[in-house]
Amino acid sequence: MEEEKNQIIDEVTRSEYKYGFVSDIEMETAPKGLTEDTIRYISAKKNEPEYFLEARLKAFRHWQSLEEPDWAHVDYPPIDYQDIIYYAAPKKKPELESLDEVDPELIETFNKLGISLEEQKRLSGVAVDAVIDSVSVKTTFSETLEKYGIIFCSFSEAVQKHPELVKKYMGSAVPYSDNYFAALNSAVYSDGSFCYIPKGVRCPVELSTYFRINAANTGQFERTLIIADEGSYVSYMEGCTAPMRDENQLHAAIVEIIAFDNAEVKYSTVQNWYPGNKEGKGGIYNFVTKRGICRGVSSKISWTQVETGSAITWKYPSCILLGDHSVGEFYSVAVTNNYQQADTGSKMIHIGKNTRSTIISKGISAGFSNNSYRGLVKIMKNASNARNFSQCDSLLLGDQCGAHTFPYIQAENHTSIVEHEATTSKISEDQMFYCNQRGIDTESAIGLIVNGYAKEVLSKLPMEFAVEAQKLLAISLEGSVG
Amino acid sequence: MSKIQDSTALKKQLEQMFRENSKLISSHDQPFISKAREEAIISFSDIGFPHGQMEDWRNTDLNKALSGKYTSLFKPGHGDQSIDQIFKCNIHELETDQISLLNGWYIDTKKPLVKQENGVISGSLAKAMEEYPEIFEKHYGKYADKDKDGFQALNLAFAQDGFFIYVPDNVVVEKPMQMISIINWSEGLFIQTRNLVILGKNSKITMVHCDDSTNEEAMFNNSVTEVFIDENAQLEHYKLQNLNNQSTLMNAIWFRQMKNSSLKSNAITLNGGLIRNYTHTVLDGEGASAEVYGVYLMDKSQHVNNQVFIDHAKPNCYSNELFKGILDEEASAVFNGHVLVRKDAQQTNAFQSNKNILMTDTAKANAKPFLEIYADDVKCSHGATIGQLDPEAMFYLRSRGICAANARLLLLYAFAREVVDKISIEALKMRVYDMIRKRLKGELNICDTCALHCDGPNKEILFEIDMTKV
Repeated sequence: MEEEKNQIIDEVTRSEYKYGFVSDIEMETAPKGLTEDTIRYISAKKNEPEYFLEARLKAFRHWQSLEEPDWAHVDYPPIDYQDIIYYAAPKKKPELESLDEVDPELIETFNKLGISLEEQKRLSGVAVDAVIDSVSVKTTFSETLEKYGIIFCSFSEAVQKHPELVKKYMGSAVPYSDNYFAALNSAVYSDGSFCYIPKGVRCPVELSTYFRINAANTGQFERTLIIADEGSYVSYMEGCTAPMRDENQLHAAIVEIIAFDNAEVKYSTVQNWYPGNKEGKGGIYNFVTKRGICRGVSSKISWTQVETGSAITWKYPSCILLGDHSVGEFYSVAVTNNYQQADTGSKMIHIGKNTRSTIISKGISAGFSNNSYRGLVKIMKNASNARNFSQCDSLLLGDQCGAHTFPYIQAENHTSIVEHEATTSKISEDQMFYCNQRGIDTESAIGLIVNGYAKEVLSKLPMEFAVEAQKLLAISLEGSVG
Repeated sequence: MSKIQDSTALKKQLEQMFRENSKLISSHDQPFISKAREEAIISFSDIGFPHGQMEDWRNTDLNKALSGKYTSLFKPGHGDQSIDQIFKCNIHELETDQISLLNGWYIDTKKPLVKQENGVISGSLAKAMEEYPEIFEKHYGKYADKDKDGFQALNLAFAQDGFFIYVPDNVVVEKPMQMISIINWSEGLFIQTRNLVILGKNSKITMVHCDDSTNEEAMFNNSVTEVFIDENAQLEHYKLQNLNNQSTLMNAIWFRQMKNSSLKSNAITLNGGLIRNYTHTVLDGEGASAEVYGVYLMDKSQHVNNQVFIDHAKPNCYSNELFKGILDEEASAVFNGHVLVRKDAQQTNAFQSNKNILMTDTAKANAKPFLEIYADDVKCSHGATIGQLDPEAMFYLRSRGICAANARLLLLYAFAREVVDKISIEALKMRVYDMIRKRLKGELNICDTCALHCDGPNKEILFEIDMTKV
């Protein structure tokens, strides 16, 4: 039995990261290092109005005054911020009109990733914004969306075409002074997605962004801004991959969501950055700040994430529930294997009356990894009848890994109710025996149990993603129970 | 006797006080203890007092407590009252062996150290230091980590007296040991007591530790207790805390548990300006179990901080934490539970639970039940809730003719009782029920003489309802 298990673990750890290829695309890069000149270079490349350059420089100066945070339960060698290329873009031919004009190598890249831009456009009816290294390369479906008045484009394009909207809302959920990585991103962000849903519009298709790091030694700093005006609805998906490299690469993104009265935003992520090899070499450092503000009455923001990649994950999608009756949700499955480290969770800040929030977090750790849930539920004085329910479970597969829970609960209102519960366990012998006895081999049984364990979260994902997420879970974990 | 005056200067003044009074402080010392003091004061100079930016001290505001005007005593002092007057505290219908501290100094009219026929030694720490150097060499300062925070270092440097209890192997002490620590001084006192409790193999003892103040003077008590529980030994440890609103109590208890030992700790916090209970347990042998419970009833601007650290260092251990609190007016409470399951501590069972009731919008509750797990064959869970009384339960009582105030009292009482029910000494349990009932009705105050002496069980306070009609 023991041997069989070991064998299964071996098989799993041998399963390779299948997005680890490198595409040979002509790139244009900024010189290594970070100075005010780098920022001016990026801003000039983007042809930005003066205002944006000023904002970048302000953020940069603030960043210089900060120290890198060390409170997360992760361990990594110090990052040399001068040894990173802050801007890398596929060399652009002037203004692409159709997919035919896109570098064939690039299309090939996205096909390999399973995101055939053409096909996706035709078959699934999903509007895709693809970001490679620092720059958004292609946005599909925009003509259809235009009919509804929906703006869905790359961030740079939004800066050019809708500077007023960007100026007004950028930094309102995540100000540059929020934290170390937010300041860094605010200084050097290169591209990302921008989305505006007008009043009363229900976005007819799923919006989706694919992020890909391709070039070596580069960092990726993208920014996503979603604005859902009164009574609108949008479902937004994000996916990410990177090539296999021995050195670590930095990814520090910001996602901001603003929801007005009765608006609803559903944000789903399948994060599959390169996690490093099985000795823990290489992999992406993923330091992401995601935050949504439920500004309006009865607005709703829902975060769903499946985290399987990255050497280090540092990510706390949060909701500020400002409007009365607003709702925040967070569903997460975080899987760590080999030497991966994840410190992830959510923050729910209840400010408005009758606000509700739910946190469901499922952590799965295997190999030598460490997986932490860190969350904050804060009920402010005026948040009468606020309600929170949090549940964070951890599943340990193997005796060399760690699972940790750091829930912070703060309540200042006596009509509110906050509940938190968590369990940590492994797959029990009984469960295994039950499956084996019915002719299900150990490996399939583990797959079955892990899938069942994560089902509560997976079921919240849009269909296209759910399939991918399930496959990912299978690759990352199947059979790795000791 | 020296004065401590200012908040920012407190640290400097303490360091200076240590230098000036070092002879007095170390008058009972063995050489190794004097050496430990020197090291500790250096540690303290390095770390200083904890502050709000430190993870374990978030949400606990020490500024007021540290800016108070305090006096320190380097030799025993009685204050303005006779000893007999002060020590009227006892638990009715419960025979106990009583040992007492007054203003941080051991008080006994007979002998400072008593050795009973069965070998049990109890009494003053200062005296025991002189008489039993071999015990001190083995245990003193070995379980408390002086670098944990400034208070631990400070205590090791300054502590002169406290309780000392030694239970030899195979001795079961039938009578509970009541340890009473009372502060009665006309000016604010800064006292640092240190207790050492050693339980030999297969031994058993119950301790009831009461912290009381007898007047309304501000005081700062920085107490550190080290407890060693050897194989198969059993300890029940009850803490009753009823201090005035100006007082600050830093109470750190460090347990070291060996194979198959068991610990039951129950902290009942009824009053106090700022109370911090730090419980640190190392389960250092297979089959050890630790049950750590607590209940706190706070109002006005009182603050209580319960920190529990349970270190599952060996396999097959069990730990259970339950803390419940009722917070009224501007009171605030912090619960920080930390369970660490080390790599080889398989088959660990660890449970954590914290439940709070907020009565007003100005009361605050902070909970952080934290699990850190490095072994896979474990069963760990934690839960925390912050909420109010169940409206349905309230309605049930109201619909049966019980007025809102009484219904509320009943429900709160029932809420707190879950923790008190864990007390295994019947007489003590009854006493605590009674105290909680009084506390909920706002009738438990710091009496002129003694907080615990409340005219006996005959005058038991009853709810103003006829329970038979319910």
